[in-house]
Amino acid sequence: MSTTTTPAPVLSMTGVSKRFGAVQALKDIEFDVAAGEVVALVGDNGAGKSTLVKTIAGVYAPDGGEVVFDGNPVTITSPSEAQNLGIATVFQDLALCDNLDVVGNLFLGNERKHAGALDEVTMEKESWRLLRELSAKIPSVRIPVASLSGGQRQTVAIARSLLGEPKVVMLDEPTAALGVAQTAEVLNLVERLRERGLGVILISHNMSDVMAVADRVAVLRLGRNNGVYRVADTSSQEIIAAITGATTNAVTARAARRAPQEEQS
Amino acid sequence: MTTSQTPPPAEPTDVADSVPADLQDERLIASQGVGGWASATWQRIKSGDLGSLPVVIGLVIIWAVFYGLNPAFISSRNLVNLTLQMVPIGTLAIGVVLVLLLGEIDLSIGSMSGLSGAILAVLFVNQGMSIWLAVVIALAAGAVVGLVYGLLFNRFGVPSFVITLAGLLALLGFQLRVLGTDGTVNIPFQSGLVQFASQLFLPEWLAYVVAVAVPVVYLLARLRTDQRRKAAGLSAPALTTVAVRAAIVAVLLLVVVSVLNRDRGLSYMVVLFVALVVVMDLLIRRTTWGRSVLAIGGNVEAARRAGINVKRIYLTVFTLCSTFAALGGIFAAARLASANQSSGGADTNLNAIAAAVIGGTSLFGGRGSAYSALLGILVIFSISNGLALLSVSADIRYIVTGAVLLLAVVIDSLSRRSRAAHGRA
Ligand SMILES: Nc1ncnc2c1ncn2[C@@H]1O[C@H](COP(=O)(O)OP(=O)(O)OP(=O)(O)O)[C@@H](O)[C@H]1O
Ligand SMILES: [Mg+2]
Repeated sequence: MSTTTTPAPVLSMTGVSKRFGAVQALKDIEFDVAAGEVVALVGDNGAGKSTLVKTIAGVYAPDGGEVVFDGNPVTITSPSEAQNLGIATVFQDLALCDNLDVVGNLFLGNERKHAGALDEVTMEKESWRLLRELSAKIPSVRIPVASLSGGQRQTVAIARSLLGEPKVVMLDEPTAALGVAQTAEVLNLVERLRERGLGVILISHNMSDVMAVADRVAVLRLGRNNGVYRVADTSSQEIIAAITGATTNAVTARAARRAPQEEQS
Repeated sequence: MTTSQTPPPAEPTDVADSVPADLQDERLIASQGVGGWASATWQRIKSGDLGSLPVVIGLVIIWAVFYGLNPAFISSRNLVNLTLQMVPIGTLAIGVVLVLLLGEIDLSIGSMSGLSGAILAVLFVNQGMSIWLAVVIALAAGAVVGLVYGLLFNRFGVPSFVITLAGLLALLGFQLRVLGTDGTVNIPFQSGLVQFASQLFLPEWLAYVVAVAVPVVYLLARLRTDQRRKAAGLSAPALTTVAVRAAIVAVLLLVVVSVLNRDRGLSYMVVLFVALVVVMDLLIRRTTWGRSVLAIGGNVEAARRAGINVKRIYLTVFTLCSTFAALGGIFAAARLASANQSSGGADTNLNAIAAAVIGGTSLFGGRGSAYSALLGILVIFSISNGLALLSVSADIRYIVTGAVLLLAVVIDSLSRRSRAAHGRA
């Protein structure tokens, strides 16, 4: 493991395991994120990244292991517990209600009230503010999310996680469906969250995004830890090698083939 | 909040002064005034967001046909009867709407209504208990049954139609047991409850006051909301649009009241039923609880991940549904001044479920409104009342009601497909 000069972690876990029938999705995972730190979680398809996120978010109960949040050992058994602790999550499968409109989805489980009833006016106003902040291109917040494009849905899911006062925000491939401007906005947002002292866990397959915003990179491989790297002291190559688990494989071989050509040009 | 440390985005703010926050996207097709409202509504309908339109059209056709066959159908006397007939099963249908919104079902509402009528009659007549205490106990029985369904559903994850099918049989057994060897218990006519269900009508002037007060309250509520929207920098519909809508409601209510007033008038029981529909509609649309119900009907997993206590919602909805069934049973017993072994049997169950679906509540969950209980039950009882006036026998009545239900389900499925094509799934 790499250095831990960062302040005391807001969230840390040791020995976390999760099994789905015959598949050992997570095995003895060690992971932590400090306040004001962005940790990227990377790994191949099926490495267990989403499973880890869902375990932290209370969607899956881990089979074993310890989770410490804000210095206290916790067992998170439901999504509402995670939210109450201050863990906000954007899931890879976005988990939106198609029949509700954008406002309904944004504030689901977190509704604003006025004189005992839902305060649609305040919620709509807040929605526009949040969406503008993310440069969202959503024409109306009063249409069902079923009628939004993939990227618009993703923006809604991201905006959702920013409501309330989270201490840790987990983003599972938040930019996978986003346009150029919206991706930049999300990366800016990640940096703003860090400045505000939140812990951010970012899952992405895009190495340049990861290198651009993350402080540390934790690599998962086949459900196990495969190294934690400080972005300042590492390179994409090293991380890709850790992701694929070999020094020679399709990716590095391709990189090696291209390198001499680039030198020539 | 998130913006506290971020400078507001520069570009939209200069536009925001003139254009409301929700109308700034240039792709939005502007719809202003009454004409805009009408065309927006037409667009919604075309895209398969039918709401209660098919049932309203259906109702108009049904009434026109029966009027053509026998003008007595829309006589004040018959229409007052119609309003009284529909209340018991209509009350069951309110509960059905709730479970359907969750994407679940309760098949035992008929038996539950029969059981609650039996409990009421036996406690009041045979045990000499006070009528209101008997009512409370019958309602409590409904609540307990629903609570048990909810607990079983949450604990074992058995599909609700299986749980409630078992409940249908068990409750029928309880009903027969409570009624005992007599089989029939008659409730005295002088009792307050029977009077309430058959003799108590609003004084003429009061009925008119209600017909005017409702649209006025609607108008005031809308104006207040629109004021708050404007203050928040959001668009608000033109005053005329709101006024036209309120006027339409007022005219409709005044026509209904004046027609009913030519006979006995507007029954207190009917007012109570409609009030229950309105209250449930407000609960569904305006409260966190209702929002949770709709969310679960749309996507349970998303609702769970949003931190909604899904089990609690299932529990409350099953409990409410059975309680409404018990209330419907009380109304039925009060209206017929008796409870017997066949109360809540035969087609009670199916009529209540059919009413909710015909009224426009989707069988697929997450879509519908409390008003579909009112509209659907009007359709069903218009048909059975109209056919009875023509002295058509029960066989034809069943066939026609079945055909209408089938039509409603087909419309539901078609509009679902159309919504998917128009991105409103
Ligand atoms: N609900 C589930 N039931 C059974 N197996 C599951 C379930 N969820 C995940 N798995 C398994 O766990 C493993 C890890 O899956 P996970 O979704 O965490 O991968 P991931 O790292 O997020 O991959 P990707 O980059 O494709 O999103 C996979 O082998 C997958 O088949
Ligand atoms: Mg994943």
